[in-house]
Amino acid sequence: MIRLFLRDLKLAVRAGGGFGLGLAFFLIVTVLVPFGVGPESATLRVIAPGILWVGALLACLLSLDRIFQLDYEDGSLDLLATAPIPLEGVVAVKAAAHWMTTGLPLTLAAPVLGVLLNLDTPGYGWLVLSLAVGTPALSMIGAFGAALTVGLKRGGLLLSLLVLPLYVPTLIFGAEVVRRGAGGMAVETPLVFLGAITLGALALLPFAAAAALRVNLR
Amino acid sequence: MVLNVSDLTVTRGGVPVLEGVRFALAPGEVLLLRGPNGIGKTTLLRTIAGLQKPLEGQVACAPDAIAYGAHADGLKTVLTVAENLEFWAGVYGGSGIEPALAAFDIAALRDRPAQNLSAGQKRRLGLARLLVTGRPVWALDEPTVSLDTSAVQLFADAVKAHCDGGGAALIATHIDLGFAARELDVAQFRAVPRETGGFDEAFL
Repeated sequence: MIRLFLRDLKLAVRAGGGFGLGLAFFLIVTVLVPFGVGPESATLRVIAPGILWVGALLACLLSLDRIFQLDYEDGSLDLLATAPIPLEGVVAVKAAAHWMTTGLPLTLAAPVLGVLLNLDTPGYGWLVLSLAVGTPALSMIGAFGAALTVGLKRGGLLLSLLVLPLYVPTLIFGAEVVRRGAGGMAVETPLVFLGAITLGALALLPFAAAAALRVNLR
Repeated sequence: MVLNVSDLTVTRGGVPVLEGVRFALAPGEVLLLRGPNGIGKTTLLRTIAGLQKPLEGQVACAPDAIAYGAHADGLKTVLTVAENLEFWAGVYGGSGIEPALAAFDIAALRDRPAQNLSAGQKRRLGLARLLVTGRPVWALDEPTVSLDTSAVQLFADAVKAHCDGGGAALIATHIDLGFAARELDVAQFRAVPRETGGFDEAFL
């Protein structure tokens, strides 16, 4: 399983792998928002938590269809399904690799981009923490959506429609952590809910995604 | 018997294509599946490999005994020949990749990205994967597509060596591989059209 993880990382970093796609998108969104909204720093301060979280979420969404589609097209998904790794493990490893190449870079880049949106100083730590806690759920839910749509040509649209509603709780609690943190309020409640969603997704969705893959491989 | 198939009915898209398929495969034996296009050879192999469930009947074999070789080679084009093979060797916990590279004469290409290989070279790399799996039963779907005559000979030698070592192979092919093997014409198992009324019905 560690082999599969390393292979996926290698594939993502090599030419055409899609590493940096999400990061570049996140950068573009956060750079463009101040131009669109206007330069009032008070307005930007209010919307910063939401914009940063929405940007990270959409950036995550961009690379989801690659999780299984490429392996499906070149036949390696069939071979992985018959390999001595449980399909649940394949799903978990691929979601982990997706998080390493998308969620983690987004988390690390977010504080730098927070400056552009005039995020309040106490919010930076909570921004990084909430993204670190929340983005694994985005990758895992996304892997489930990707598993559901793996056989479809141009399944990206359907994938987005399936996954976006499932992303909403993570978005609400994640942005709420940053908003409260930036305002100096208590963040325990949204942070606990955010963590609960992530843990629940990590515990349940590998099995659901593996079941969806089995149906799609028939 | 390493593989025993009894009264198997396989479906493609919810429609039975072959029914009552029965054969057994002993160690050291090669069985060639023959039959016209569309008769269901690929479906039969996918069912035996465990990728889809049979409608009826059963496939009896040891768990993790079958190495499946599909039409697609499952190669990652940005990885080199050696990296592709090392990945599968690692997944299957197999031995080194050198014997596999040598058997299909691709050792000279080991550091070349798979995207720069010709179709025949890709196929040879895909077949070399079988050697690193270390599994006793090979289920191969048209393994000789895009291979030239010398590469077909390499493949036939690899199959013979595999069977001499106690392995077995189930090969769907249309060509003469150059060695004597039992043949099974699957056209005799062609299914009579019928309603299956299965789980998928509500979604079709």
